[in-house]
Amino acid sequence: MACNLSTCNSSGCYKEYEEKDQNNSKTRAAVKGSSGRQNLCVKCKSSEPVCCGIGGEDSRFCKDCFKNNLYGKFKQAVTYNAMITPPDKVLVAFSGGPSSRVLLQFVHEMQYRAQKNYDASKDKSLPVFGVGVAFIDESSIHSFASKQTEKAIEDIRSIVSNLAPPLKELFVVPIESIFSSDGIDCKERLQKLLGALGDVTGKEDLLIHLRLLCLQKIASENGYTRVVLGTCTSRIACYVISATVKGQGYSLSADIQYVDSRWEIPVVLPLRDCPAQELNTLCSLDGLKIVEMLNGPCSGINGLVSSFVKVLQEENLSRECTIVRTAGKLTPFHFNRIPEIHDSNVPSATRRHHRRHGLKSNGSLSSESFCAICNSPLKKSNSSESPQTSDPCVAACSSCQFQILPKDPSLMEQFVSLLPRAVITRAKHGDRGNVSSVREQIQDFLLSDEDDEV
Amino acid sequence: MEDDTKPKKPGTRLCCACNQRRAALKRPKTLEQICRECFYAVFEEEIHQVILENKLFKPGERIAIGASGGKDSTVLAYVLSELNRRHNYGLDLFLLSVDEGITGYRDDSLETVKRNELQYGLPLKIVSYKDLYGWTMDEIVKMIGLKNNCTFCGVFRRQALDRGAALLKVDKVATGHNADDIAETVLLNILRGDIARLSRCTSIITGEDGPIPRCKPFKYTYEKEIVMYAYFKKLDYFSTECIYSPNAYRGFAREFIKDLERIRPRAILDIIKSGEDFRIATSTKMPEQGTCERCGYISSQKWCKACVLLEGLNRGLPKLGIGRNQGLNSDAKEDIKKDGRTKRSSSGLALHQEIGMWLNGRETKGDVFLFDIHPTKVFQIEGITQIVLNTWLMGHPPKSIVLVHIVS
Repeated sequence: MACNLSTCNSSGCYKEYEEKDQNNSKTRAAVKGSSGRQNLCVKCKSSEPVCCGIGGEDSRFCKDCFKNNLYGKFKQAVTYNAMITPPDKVLVAFSGGPSSRVLLQFVHEMQYRAQKNYDASKDKSLPVFGVGVAFIDESSIHSFASKQTEKAIEDIRSIVSNLAPPLKELFVVPIESIFSSDGIDCKERLQKLLGALGDVTGKEDLLIHLRLLCLQKIASENGYTRVVLGTCTSRIACYVISATVKGQGYSLSADIQYVDSRWEIPVVLPLRDCPAQELNTLCSLDGLKIVEMLNGPCSGINGLVSSFVKVLQEENLSRECTIVRTAGKLTPFHFNRIPEIHDSNVPSATRRHHRRHGLKSNGSLSSESFCAICNSPLKKSNSSESPQTSDPCVAACSSCQFQILPKDPSLMEQFVSLLPRAVITRAKHGDRGNVSSVREQIQDFLLSDEDDEV
Repeated sequence: MEDDTKPKKPGTRLCCACNQRRAALKRPKTLEQICRECFYAVFEEEIHQVILENKLFKPGERIAIGASGGKDSTVLAYVLSELNRRHNYGLDLFLLSVDEGITGYRDDSLETVKRNELQYGLPLKIVSYKDLYGWTMDEIVKMIGLKNNCTFCGVFRRQALDRGAALLKVDKVATGHNADDIAETVLLNILRGDIARLSRCTSIITGEDGPIPRCKPFKYTYEKEIVMYAYFKKLDYFSTECIYSPNAYRGFAREFIKDLERIRPRAILDIIKSGEDFRIATSTKMPEQGTCERCGYISSQKWCKACVLLEGLNRGLPKLGIGRNQGLNSDAKEDIKKDGRTKRSSSGLALHQEIGMWLNGRETKGDVFLFDIHPTKVFQIEGITQIVLNTWLMGHPPKSIVLVHIVS
């Protein structure tokens, strides 16, 4: 899943980008000066450009146009995919890094505008969507000084409380709380689970997944209807390459779309079209405070991939966009859209507001089965191969089988017992998984034209 | 080494496959420690299974092995003739080499192929650029420099192989592309946004609609294992990089794959699996296929790429070789005039070459990037010319034009 809360670049990148931008602006100004052209923003043609954005024409915007452009990408993603509608309550996943900082700012701005419209309107038919912020505290995994964590949390509190009203609820939740319903020592359990994994990359990926589960839990317990992630173009580009490298070519397209409603609470990625560099630039232009990274840098496959993509990006400024565009041409799944509202109680104004553009239903609704660990859709032939695991409820994708599940079948039971209950229940009773298992039981009595299909 | 068994000498470890002989190597694909004999057996058996499962060959077929004298094709020739005998494939095998005419590289490697002809008893056919096109690569490079030469070579080789195969009257050509090559191509196609090629590049048999299909029996075979096999079998192969080739961009992806392999050997297979599994709508358009009016080779245009390139060479306008092919096809003369004009301006030529280099870094074997001298979107950023290649980035093959504007 492309659901990482953390930002797209290792902590050092932010400064680097900033410096590079300044250099760029100088050289570009020089180039243009010599060619005798006027040094003005390409859009409004009135202010001095700040150099930001990816290469090409759109790189010579002034501050306001740059900001509007970036906000425009966000807004377009939100409206075209019906990510946020008036009755929604959205939970913004906030890590403190540049991407999620911009995300928080944009969601806030959107809410602020909606509030102004609401106050000005006569009939008050369109409610203002609610916003909450969630920070997942992973200090139990990483060995940071508790002081550092406290400082970071304090900063986050001040960021959220300094936003103009409407008021936003802030949840600071330790990652181990996904085990809290199991009634055991959560911290120990989490460490045991992660300790059972030999593969560094597997550990990272499982952690990303647990983080998303944790967000799901917060959202569902507090009545939120969307989980909003700050996953940006650069991170998706890395994800595309690393998923390819892990053999997840089939499920890849499920994880990189604007909307993913495989989960109880749909997950949306409104910054999908915004490269990290632009987000960094906006943070520095607007003085948005970034909280020191709490998560260590990636290692293993993920680390290798992000340094590869970083070098590619340096060599060609639009490389990340090209990667994401390539992956965007892969066919998405049926769950990559916000489910239709059937509830007749929803006010008609809201329904009208619920615009849908270019949303085609893709893939068949029925027979998808999902990996018990990472919840990625399984390719048909793939799922029939999987029973090498001893536990019938663990039908995992080949990637999870390799990097997360224990190699030794005798250790499987113990490993499954360590997984959070949310994972197990989904694997056992997940409605889609259920369909396939029921179907399996009655298989012999079903008549269809696809008889040769197992 | 801690689990040495008592009767064994210290420092020895048994093969984990046969449990009898001493392990001599760590298999790159699985990291199992096995002995030489078991390595040979498992290496050959895997290829045999790939051939069977994918029905690469039918009994009685004539198969040409694309032989460059390098490790991949040498091992392929050896293993195929071995398997053909062992499992009674009933194939007539031939070696087919292309002589690009590169002194100090191809002449030496062809000597290797000629020795292989005798060693494996496989008839050899050599087709040369000189005979087919009237130009050697040496002459081409002398004319156009080191910038776009791989474009010429790639286009010419593809056709040369097909022509050689036609002369041999074979049913199929087997090439030595290995798993690393394919994984690399998958990644490059993602990086380049070429969804059409991405969907095709993992097929084990290609060109079934063309004159002579090609297949890759080494699709799942690791490069390292091929090297290891050649090394232990003491196969006679030629291991020098092409003197004109070093291609930074491909090398870059290659380096990445080597790094991946180091931390997770199965990553190469996983990339291929991803390539096979990508959900790509089958409606991805392919250009309509016709034949070249000039030489009769398959072509989606009036003239095939090779003829277009050749025309440029023969008219002494090599830059036209990568000129607008639609223009050439509809009105060749006018195009040449245009190009002639540009040639006169030295800065234009320099820019041309710069762009050529810029494009060249992004090509794969057999691609031609076409561009023309017309004003359009070119940016000079930090002194480097950047072009927006709209059609190309959208994943279509470069149909006609990438426009270049000389920023003065």
